[in-house]
Amino acid sequence: MLLSHSPEHEAFRAEVREFIEAHRDRAPPAFGRRGPPDERARQWQRLLIEHGYAARSIPKEYGGYGAEPDILKSHIIAEEFGNADILGGHDGDNRLVPTLLELGTEEQKRAYIAPTVRGDMLWCQGYSEPGSGSDLASLATKAHVDGDEFVINGQKIWTSGAHYADMMFCLVRTEPDAPKHQGISYLLFPMDTPGIEVRPLVTMTGEATFNEVFFTDVRVPTSQIVGKRGEGWFVANATLKHERGGLGDPNVAENRFRRIVAMMTNETLDGRPLMEHPAYRDRLLKLQGQMLAMKFNGMRVLSHAIKGEEAGLPRWIVKLNGCELNHQMDALAIDLLGELGTLYPAAGVAPDPTDANPHLRDAGAWQQRYMLDLGLIIGGGTAQIQKNMIGERALGLPKEPKAAQRQEGAA
Amino acid sequence: MEFGLTEEQRLLQQSLAGFLAAACPLDRVRAAAEAGDTRPSDIWDGLRDLGIHGALIPEAYGGVGLSLLDAAIIAECLGAAAAPVPFTATAVMAPVALLAAGSEAQREAWLPRMAAGDAVVAVAVTEHIGAREGAGVEAVAGRLRGKAMFVLDGAAAQACIVADTAGALHLVLGEHVEATALPTIDRTRAVTALQFDDTPAEPLPGAAGHGEALQATIDAGRVALAADTLGAAQAMFDKAVEYAKERRQFNRVIGSFQAVKHLCAEMAAALEPCRALVWYAAHAQQAIPGEARAMACHAKAHLGEAGRFIARTATEVHGGMGFTDLLGLHYWFKRIGWNRQMLGAPEQARQEAAAAQGWLAAP
Repeated sequence: MLLSHSPEHEAFRAEVREFIEAHRDRAPPAFGRRGPPDERARQWQRLLIEHGYAARSIPKEYGGYGAEPDILKSHIIAEEFGNADILGGHDGDNRLVPTLLELGTEEQKRAYIAPTVRGDMLWCQGYSEPGSGSDLASLATKAHVDGDEFVINGQKIWTSGAHYADMMFCLVRTEPDAPKHQGISYLLFPMDTPGIEVRPLVTMTGEATFNEVFFTDVRVPTSQIVGKRGEGWFVANATLKHERGGLGDPNVAENRFRRIVAMMTNETLDGRPLMEHPAYRDRLLKLQGQMLAMKFNGMRVLSHAIKGEEAGLPRWIVKLNGCELNHQMDALAIDLLGELGTLYPAAGVAPDPTDANPHLRDAGAWQQRYMLDLGLIIGGGTAQIQKNMIGERALGLPKEPKAAQRQEGAA
Repeated sequence: MEFGLTEEQRLLQQSLAGFLAAACPLDRVRAAAEAGDTRPSDIWDGLRDLGIHGALIPEAYGGVGLSLLDAAIIAECLGAAAAPVPFTATAVMAPVALLAAGSEAQREAWLPRMAAGDAVVAVAVTEHIGAREGAGVEAVAGRLRGKAMFVLDGAAAQACIVADTAGALHLVLGEHVEATALPTIDRTRAVTALQFDDTPAEPLPGAAGHGEALQATIDAGRVALAADTLGAAQAMFDKAVEYAKERRQFNRVIGSFQAVKHLCAEMAAALEPCRALVWYAAHAQQAIPGEARAMACHAKAHLGEAGRFIARTATEVHGGMGFTDLLGLHYWFKRIGWNRQMLGAPEQARQEAAAAQGWLAAP
């Protein structure tokens, strides 16, 4: 067990801290922020790229900082921004950009990565369909080739940000006769292509962060494919892998935990700080135990990653546990506030820092997070799908027999 | 940075697990438990040959001089085997107490004998954590009065380290005090009650003052119990997954049913982070003093909760067989249940974790 870092990494941490101290006034607010980046957020991202705190290991020719990949340095950056409660940078779209780097053509990399990492080109993901959620590979949106174009017809759903995105990366069925995993292609196209209709899907949070997207004879040049025809499932899995790595990040839970400790110190019930109420305190401590276990589990995963090893089970459980933990923290925060916990911004969307209600806490962010985090338990591979993957891939339990086999068995 | 075990620690784990697999299979656990033998000489002597009794005792006193993380690895192996041997008190807490607060003469008198497996030293600190039945020990002019309950490794101990109500520690010879066995659900470990009636005792001179030596002793014990639960829960989990892959119903192995598969996945998700927490808590006891208290409490509490979940769920995955004596799962089930209650149940440990972080108002 060696928890200290090399002098090089300690020096790097000091640099990050120095940067944050010097520039924190320019950062956009960190907590509860949603939606497209505004000018302030785009400038912040550019500043971070310039200093190597965003798009760090993306090559310079594609708009990144161009550093050698160093997992520990990336971790230090995330940790320091988290500790300072400052919005960190991003690597563009964390599913698309790694996919393009791995599988895109040179033209695609040059056209898309730089504006994406700067936040000037926003993407949405066209995967889920009304009939294809957890069973994504059954997707039915079709594309046939007409000359040098794909012609797309069908519908997507749960498309985050489609109402403001510039581009979509999309899975469509191009080989209707192939087995379901082998008939899919991965296409890139602008959202203003004729034939695309976006209908906002208002969620329980009051926001329209998701959309339904309808395609009617949408024409996309065949050069806009990533990988080959029929290989889209494998291209997409490269991106799903990246997305899964991000959900349940222990830094998020630790940051949220600190907010709750502050709340329990500052908020009073019957004139006494909440921290002095044993029932609430025990819930806090219980969550702290879980949070610490996931934090140290994350350090274990990180140690494996630094050595280039596959962590196995400790990594498989991160999404399931991390999302559940965040949700339980939101629930505790709401409970701590009692009746105050029901207050929500008058505009019906949180967080709303402009709301004038003096009793509203954190601009209504806790109720919003409570709902949003339930969405994250479901999204990105539901908790039940996560349990299947843990059971089958990590523990080696057999898959559920296919429906057809079951019928044969019954006959 | 390297968050994980060293090569030496993995070797320690392998050699001890290998020894226990051969020397302490279920039949041996069962035979010892049924005979009420909480220190079978074959297992005890084998552990001595591996240096287990002296793991935390410095080489100068005949031990091996390992760290508390090593001791946690040992505890994990013992829990995995449900090994019926004294360990938490005599090999972890007592050495920590003697090294923190014992006089040179006390260390020389006891540590070499403990390392050699010739002496078992029990530890009586329960009342300092939470007193039941009006128990408690007063020290008056070098003599002890009162009662101590749930004395760990208390059977046939040559001596006992006793905490008094002021938080000072005393060494009492086994021959000076009568030990009454307290039979518990877990027949693989022994606890006793001690009645003191102007019993002669030697103070551990370094333990006067603010009770740091006592705290360090309790914290080390908590880490050891958490690690024991980690091993026991892992053993139950492994058996459950193995069973789910073999047992067939409705023409399918039951592990292919999501109802069963998800129970296994939930156990994995609950158990795996426990390993990192136990490692960190053990490491912190010696390397990160500012976090030692809170981490020992958290490891104890969290493993208590996760252990209970895994013990009941692993039993459930085994169906009716899990409920039988034949399969013997209950030895681990009971061991996990016992670990949860000793040295502060989760609610108490969390309360102390809150205090250690400055979250309790001054009384």
